[in-house]
Amino acid sequence: MDNPPNKTAQRSPADKNRRRHRQHPAPFQMRVSTKYAPRRPVDGKPMGCTSETSLKPEQMLELYRYLKLTRLVEERLVNLYRQTKVVGGVFRSLGQEATAVGSAYALAPQDFVTPLIRDLGAVLVKGIRPREIFAQYMAKAWGPSGGRDLNIHFGDMAKGFIGPISHLGDMIPVMTGVLLAARMQKKRAVAIAYIGDGGMSTGAFHEGLNFAAVQKLPLLVIAEYNHYAYSTPTNLQTSVRDLAEKAASYNIPAHIVDGNDVIACYEVTRRAADFARRGGGAVLIEAKTYRRKGHAEHDDQRYVPSGEIEWWEKNNDPVDRFEGFLLEQKIATKERLDEITASVLREIEEDCAWAESSPMPDPEQAAYGVFDNNIVPPALRPEFLKN
Amino acid sequence: MSATLKKEHKSSRPERGGQATLVEAIRQGIWEEMERDPTVFVIGEDVGLYGGAFKVTDGLIDQFGKERVIDTPISEAAIVGAACGAGLMGMKAVAEFQFIDFISAGFDLLTNYAAKCRYRWGANIPAVFRGPCGSGVRSGPFHSLNAEAFFLNTAGLKIVEPSTAYDAKGLIKAAIRDPDPVLYFEHKKLYRLPRLREELPADDYIVEIGKARTAREGRDLSIITFGAMVLTALDAAEELEKEGLDVEVIDLRTLAPLDKPAILASVKKTNRVIVLHEASRTGGIGGEIAATIAEEAFEWLDAPVLRVASIDTPVPYSPPLEDYYLPQTKDVLEAARKLAAY
Repeated sequence: MDNPPNKTAQRSPADKNRRRHRQHPAPFQMRVSTKYAPRRPVDGKPMGCTSETSLKPEQMLELYRYLKLTRLVEERLVNLYRQTKVVGGVFRSLGQEATAVGSAYALAPQDFVTPLIRDLGAVLVKGIRPREIFAQYMAKAWGPSGGRDLNIHFGDMAKGFIGPISHLGDMIPVMTGVLLAARMQKKRAVAIAYIGDGGMSTGAFHEGLNFAAVQKLPLLVIAEYNHYAYSTPTNLQTSVRDLAEKAASYNIPAHIVDGNDVIACYEVTRRAADFARRGGGAVLIEAKTYRRKGHAEHDDQRYVPSGEIEWWEKNNDPVDRFEGFLLEQKIATKERLDEITASVLREIEEDCAWAESSPMPDPEQAAYGVFDNNIVPPALRPEFLKN
Repeated sequence: MSATLKKEHKSSRPERGGQATLVEAIRQGIWEEMERDPTVFVIGEDVGLYGGAFKVTDGLIDQFGKERVIDTPISEAAIVGAACGAGLMGMKAVAEFQFIDFISAGFDLLTNYAAKCRYRWGANIPAVFRGPCGSGVRSGPFHSLNAEAFFLNTAGLKIVEPSTAYDAKGLIKAAIRDPDPVLYFEHKKLYRLPRLREELPADDYIVEIGKARTAREGRDLSIITFGAMVLTALDAAEELEKEGLDVEVIDLRTLAPLDKPAILASVKKTNRVIVLHEASRTGGIGGEIAATIAEEAFEWLDAPVLRVASIDTPVPYSPPLEDYYLPQTKDVLEAARKLAAY
């Protein structure tokens, strides 16, 4: 019969696996840090940014550059869209650029990001050039997907950029695989997966984060509370007030951060990344921000109460806030900031011209690359009755 | 706690070759690939200590540890997603669905992520998604599925299903070495079927994906089939031989991409065709095969192409119901006789 195993008997590797199989998790504790959460704005006083930071002045200017680059690349995309040069839609991150830029900036080169459509800033921080974005939006042959997919739906593994698909939530499970692989390969990488107040309603989000928590994977899930998923307000997505509360169901720590304060976004992410890299496991970061444009350029935003967009534009624009902060703290002069903007515009000009000069893809290219074509031939149109 | 850990035996490494059933052949294949290639790992529900619901992964965790044999939550999206993400990193997942019916819960990531990644940005996903499929074992509507038709219309997924132990091992190895995602379906009725026990070579071998096999040569009529239905076809062929009908049986082995040359060669030889499969008839792979034959070998046909398949219902549980649902040898015989007389 089954006797209890003799505790003094030598333990085989199999026994070791069994013990691990039965590990019990740490007791539950609600851990939501609000250190970097938004502060109530004081009337008449600009909101500025967190001044407590380890960032050096030149790093702050680099952050400024990425913020401007993100905003101005998007503005250029809108121009191209109005000239009917963009084949699909244009998706803006206007008003929420700081979340993507600040958080991605906190990562190391070996780390990974998977953005949502409104996280162009993270893609640029990871080293993707504007020309790739322009060519991709214009469905050009020189774009990173060769015209096969839209906007930022591509990737560059060497740069740690793993492009999303349209199905929200799916990238959370995918990133668990990236991190499991990194663990097997003895790489000390962490990853950011961006999600929104809408995307968190999907099953894949839950399945992915649950698995990441169970496996203690160094996954930072950045939940952008931008108030609307297409037209649906957050109160119709979820019954929680703060998205960070959802961390409780995975027993992982959470932070609430002012998503329009680029320094706060950086600081929170850096702390979370350190924690995750040390073996602490997954972290949920909720960034409070606001989507000032519609879902895409065609969206007339009829569902937004009047005055709301204007309030955010006037009082809580992430670029204005950071610019004001840099000037007030005397980290840069207005001239220095204007120089940065001018250099960003030159880069955009050059890259846009490059992308416009690209040909459209050769139609037959549609048939290639489903599988390794050395093994399976391309899916060319068949000839009818050729025999 | 110790009382809950009753299983004390440690499953040993499988033989290299030797006498093997289909399930043992798959286990050998996975084991050998994990030994050969440190990037191969196993992920799924209960695949570790328990060894999988059907014991396909039995003993792997003792040999390769929990980092390479990963027990997941009940979470098909996590399993498929993790296999995809690891694939991007150059790791090769052998991901298990406990029953292939549950593949529906991972459908989104399979069809939208795994299948499209190479096409979209050149990032191939070298992963195997495997699990027990098939009816005829009295398991009812949720443990009996044949899922191939769900995926045939998705470009980017290869689909294989072996019907012999030799092919099972050769195909799982080929699937693991393939640079693209492969769905590997295992008919659960065949797992331990004594009839399929055979001597496997001790040497490393693969069965190439995309190549059908002639399970029986014949001149008068072709039965194009795969999986457990190969046995039904062979039984029918034996019966028909007594009636003077020489039947050829083509075991497709790979369902996507289809081995069209093998199908057409057999049609041109016999001029009469039955397409036999276990999934429901409407929208099944039989329609695709019949259409291919109609388009590319019309002049070689002496009779209409007949499909013999399951009826268009969920898979029922009770034996008389399930037997009615499934194509039986007698259905194949009837179709063959009608074709012979046409």
